[in-house]
Amino acid sequence: MSAIQDLILTTIDAHGAIEDTAALRINGQPVDQLQVIGVLNSLTAREVVSFTILDAEYWLLSEEGNKVVEHGSPEVMVFNAIPEGEDGISIPELQKLVGESYKFGQGAAFKNKWIKKSAAGFARATDSVVDSTRNELIAIRDGKVLAEKIMTDYKKKKLIDKKKTSSYNVVKGPKFTTTLAKEETDISQEMILSGEWKTAQFKKYNFAPGVTGVVPRGGYLHPLMKVREEFRQIFLELGFTEMPTNKFVDSSFWNFDALFQPQQHPARDAHDTFFLKDPATDRKYPRDYLERVKKVHSEGGYGSIGYVMDWKEEEAEKLLLRTHTTAISSNMLYQLAQEKEFRPVKYFSIDRVFRNETTDATHLAEFHQLEGVVADRGLTLGDLIGTLHSFFQKLGIPKIKFKPAFNPYTEPSMEIFSWHDGLGKWVEIGNSGMFRPEMLRPMGLPEDVSVIAWGLGVERPTMIKYGYDDIRELLGHKVNIDMVQKNPICRLDKKMGREL
Amino acid sequence: MPTVNVDKEILFKGLGRVFTLEEFEDLCFDFGIELEEETSEREMAAKEIGAEKAKELSNRLIYRIDIPANRYDLLCAEGIIRALSIFLENQKPPVYKTVPAPAGKHQKLIVKPETGAIRKFVVAAVLRNMVFTQDNYNSFIDLQDKLHANICRRRTLVAIGTHDLDTIEGPFTYEALVPKDINFIPLNQTQSMNGEELMNFYEADRKLSKFLPIIRDAPRYPVIYDSKRRVLSLPPIINSDHSKIKLTTKNVFIECTATDLTKAKIVLNTVVTMFSEYCKEKFTVEPVEVVQTDGKSVMYPDLSMRHMETSAPYINKLIGTDIPRDKIVTLLTRMGVTASKGADDKAISVQIPPTRSDILHPVDVMEDVAIAYGFNNITKTVPKASTAGAMFPLNKLSDKVRRELALSGYTEVLPLILCSHDENFKFIKKVDDNTTAVKLSNPATIEYQVVRTSLLPGLLKTIYSNKKLPLPLKIFEVSDIVLKDDSVERRAKNVRHMAILYANMKGSGFELIHGMLDRIMLMLNVPMDVTGSGNGYYIKESNNETFFPGRRADIFLNGQKIGHLGIVHPEVCQNFEVPFATSALEMTIEPFV
Repeated sequence: MSAIQDLILTTIDAHGAIEDTAALRINGQPVDQLQVIGVLNSLTAREVVSFTILDAEYWLLSEEGNKVVEHGSPEVMVFNAIPEGEDGISIPELQKLVGESYKFGQGAAFKNKWIKKSAAGFARATDSVVDSTRNELIAIRDGKVLAEKIMTDYKKKKLIDKKKTSSYNVVKGPKFTTTLAKEETDISQEMILSGEWKTAQFKKYNFAPGVTGVVPRGGYLHPLMKVREEFRQIFLELGFTEMPTNKFVDSSFWNFDALFQPQQHPARDAHDTFFLKDPATDRKYPRDYLERVKKVHSEGGYGSIGYVMDWKEEEAEKLLLRTHTTAISSNMLYQLAQEKEFRPVKYFSIDRVFRNETTDATHLAEFHQLEGVVADRGLTLGDLIGTLHSFFQKLGIPKIKFKPAFNPYTEPSMEIFSWHDGLGKWVEIGNSGMFRPEMLRPMGLPEDVSVIAWGLGVERPTMIKYGYDDIRELLGHKVNIDMVQKNPICRLDKKMGREL
Repeated sequence: MPTVNVDKEILFKGLGRVFTLEEFEDLCFDFGIELEEETSEREMAAKEIGAEKAKELSNRLIYRIDIPANRYDLLCAEGIIRALSIFLENQKPPVYKTVPAPAGKHQKLIVKPETGAIRKFVVAAVLRNMVFTQDNYNSFIDLQDKLHANICRRRTLVAIGTHDLDTIEGPFTYEALVPKDINFIPLNQTQSMNGEELMNFYEADRKLSKFLPIIRDAPRYPVIYDSKRRVLSLPPIINSDHSKIKLTTKNVFIECTATDLTKAKIVLNTVVTMFSEYCKEKFTVEPVEVVQTDGKSVMYPDLSMRHMETSAPYINKLIGTDIPRDKIVTLLTRMGVTASKGADDKAISVQIPPTRSDILHPVDVMEDVAIAYGFNNITKTVPKASTAGAMFPLNKLSDKVRRELALSGYTEVLPLILCSHDENFKFIKKVDDNTTAVKLSNPATIEYQVVRTSLLPGLLKTIYSNKKLPLPLKIFEVSDIVLKDDSVERRAKNVRHMAILYANMKGSGFELIHGMLDRIMLMLNVPMDVTGSGNGYYIKESNNETFFPGRRADIFLNGQKIGHLGIVHPEVCQNFEVPFATSALEMTIEPFV
C-alpha cells in the first residue's frame, strides 16, 4: 500500500497530476486499481489529493471465442474436415472429425454454399474459404473495436463479453505534500498530559452510514422473560397480587375436580395430560371439601343438577403435571374461603404449564400461561368485560371483542378476540369467564361472591411481538443464544417494529 | 372442539336466506360457534390423497363449523340449522314428544343380568315413518360418528346402534355371552363370524380396531338379539348386516348401550330430537320399554322438559344489566329455551328442552340471556374493590438474582423442565435412587421421562445447540426443579435454583464461576464464613461425581449445603457432546427470600 502511495505522491510531485492511474507501473507491472482507490480515499480525506473516476469499457473474448481463435469457426472446421473431390465424406465420419461444433458448423457451411450433398454425405462446393469470424475475433482480442453490428452479433453468440474497468485522474489537493505526517487514531492520556494533542494530526473518524461501533459484551435477559416482566408490571399496576405458582406437580383433584371438570372430560385423558408414575397418587387434599366436590359432581347442589354420574376418588387422587395455572387459582380461592371474613382479592400468575403434546412449530409440551382472577361480592360479566378492556388497553390492544365459548368451570365463558392489523382479521388471544357456582360454593365462598378470570399463553403474543414463527426458537435448549443477546427490550404498549 | 361439516346450500335453504361469508361469520361469532373454513369434499380430500385422486368427489361447498364441546345438539347440520333459525327468530323452538306405538307395534328390550359386568345400561327408541334422502342419511351416520367421538368418549361410555325395524322383530334382549357363542354377519360383510373371529377380523381395520380393546379381553361380550335370535349389534364394536339402515328404511330402531346412564340418555335424546324432523309426524318419537334386571320397566326416551326457576334480578345482577323480564323471556326463546313469567313479578320459569343437556344451573340460563343480548352490547364496568398489588416474594428475589447475573455478563436461557432419565442421571454421572425425581407415566414424546432435579443438563444441552457461537459462552438460568417429598400435599415440591455455566476452548473458567458465587453472595449481602462461625457462606471440596476431581466443591450457607460448583467432568461434557472446557455452579436461592 505504501509503495502505491509513494508512487502516486512522487508522480504527482513530478508531473503536477496523474492523467490516468491505469498508466502507473511498479516494476513494469500495472497497479491494482482497487488498491489505488484505497490509497486515494485516504489521501482525499486528508485533502492531499483529489481525484475523478475514469470509467472505461473493453471487450474480451469468451471461452467460446478463444476456441474459435484456436481451432477456427465451426463452419470452417466442417469445410476443412471434408476432403477435396466430388465423393466427399459420410456424415458419421464428418461428425466424428468435427466433434461438438458439427451441428452448428454444418448448417452454416451449407448456407454459405461451401459444401453440398454428395453420394457419401457431404462434399466441398468451393475450393477455399476465408475464416472471417476468426480474423475478426483476433482483431477484437488485440483491442480493436469493430462495427457495432458485428460486436452485438458476437456478443449475442456469446463469443465476446463487455467488461468495465475504473481508473482515476488525480490532481493535487489543498494540503498536497509528499511527506505525510503519522495520523493518530485516538487521543491518549499521554497526549493530554504532554499537550501533544494540540499539534497531532488525527485520522478522520468514519461516520458513514452502515458503519457500527464496537458492540459491547455484557449479559442479556431472555425475551420471553422480558415479556413476562411487562405482563407482571401491568398486573401490579392494576393492584393484583402474584400467586405462588411454584407447584408443577398437582393432583387431579385441584387441577380438575375442584374446577367442576367432569371425570370423563377428554382433558383428563392420558393423551392430553402428563400423569405421574412416581409418585402416582396423593390424598392429602381436605376431606370435607372433597366430600362437597364429590356431591356436586355426582348429585348436584347449590342449584345445580350436577353431572349425575359416579365420581371416583381414584380419579381425583392421580398426580399430574398441572395442565393450567388454574390448579393454583382453585387452591388459592379455597384458602380464601377458609378465612374468617370474606375479603375481595385480585390475583395473577405467569408460570409454566404442561400438556402431553408432540412438539411442532406451534406446540411445546410446556409453555407459560398468564392468569388473572378477581373475587368479590356482586361482580358482573360487565366487570369482566371492563377489566379485560383495561388490561388489553395496557398491552397496546385497544380493539377486542368476545365470543361465547364453552369451558367446564366458567359460565359464561368468553373467548377474547383482538383485531390484528398485520393479518387483517380478528384473532383469538385468550379465554375468560366467571367461575361456576359448582366450583365456588363447595369451597365455602358466600353465595353472592362471583369470581371473574382470564388466561392466555405468553409464548404466542411474544412470538407475534418479536416476529417468530416457531415456538422452538423461543423456549427450550435449541434457542439460539445470539438471538437472546440481540433482542430489543419489550414494550407491549408500543410498536417494536418486528411484529408479525 | 368438534367440527361439523354443513352443506352450504342446505344451510342457507334451512335458514331461509343467503348470507355472505362475512355475515355468516358474524352470525356464528354472536351465537358462539365458529366458521372455520369454506371448502368442499373434493378440496378436503385433495389435501389427504392428492388432487388427482380427489377429482371425482363432490365440489359442493361445505362450511366447516366449530362447535362448543358441550353442545351435542349442534353436532349435525340439522341441529345447527335449527338452532340458528331459532336464534334468528325464523322459527319457534320445537316441542319434542313421545307418542305411543300403533297397536301391536310396542317394542320391548329386556336386559339380562350378565350385561351388568361389561356394559350395564341400555336405552332405546323408535323413529317411525321416516323419509331418508342421501343427504340426511349421510348426516345421520355423521352425527353418530360425532357423538361416538365426543360425549361417548370413543364408544367407551356409550355406543349407538341403529337398525331397520322392519327387518327385525321384538321383543329384543340385551345379553352378555361368551364370544364363541355369538355368531352373525357384521355390517357390510358377507361371512358370518363368532365373537373371537370378529376380533381378529377387525384387528387391521383402521376405523374399528381402536374400539376392540373396550371389550376384547372380557369373558362375555354384550350383544342385542331380536326374538328370532338374530343379532342386532355387538356393542360397542359393530352392528349386524342384517338389520342395517338403507335409504329405503322407514322405521328405525335406535339402541344405546352404555357404562354411564346419564350420557346414554343424552345421546339417545340427541339422535331422536335431531332426526324426528324427518318423521311423518315431525318431532315425534316412539318409546321403547326397557325391562331392567330388577324386573322394573322404564320407558325411553325421556323427552320431557326440565323445569328451572330463576329470576330477572338474578340474571341481571350477574350480567350487570337491567333487562326487563319480558325481554329476558324473548331472549331465552331465541336460545331454544322456553321461558315464561314465574310465580311472582320477578320470577322466570324456564322449560329446558331435551336438546339442552348443557344447562345444569341457573347460571347457564343467565349465559344464554347474555349471548342473546350480545356480549359486546354489555356495558363495561370495573370491579370497585381497591387492592394493593404484590409480587410473590420468591419471584421478586429471582428477578433480582437474574439481573445481577446478567449484569455480570451471563446470558439467560430457558431450557425445558422435562428431560430424559439419562440426561437427569446417567449423563451427569448420577445414580437414580428413586428418592428425588418425579417420573412421568405416559409421555407422548419419548425424551420426556422425568421432571428435572437439576438445571445443569438443560444448560449443557443449550451449549450443545450453540456450539458454533464465539467463545466463551456464559449462560444462566433461574428456575424451578422438582423433588419428591412425601411430607407435603402433592408429594413433590418445586425448589428455585440458579445455575450458571461457562464454556471455553482454553481454560475452564472455574475461577470465574467461583468469583460469580462471591459476587452473588456480595449482592445478597451474605458474608463469607472465614472462621467457621456458622454465619455466612463458604465452599468445601467435595466428591460430586458430576465434576472433575480436585476442582469441585459444595456451597454452604449458615452450615447448610445449598449447592455445588466445579469444572464439569469431561465425561459429562462428552455425554452432552459439548466440546469445551466447562465450569458450572448450581444452588438453591430459597434460603435468601
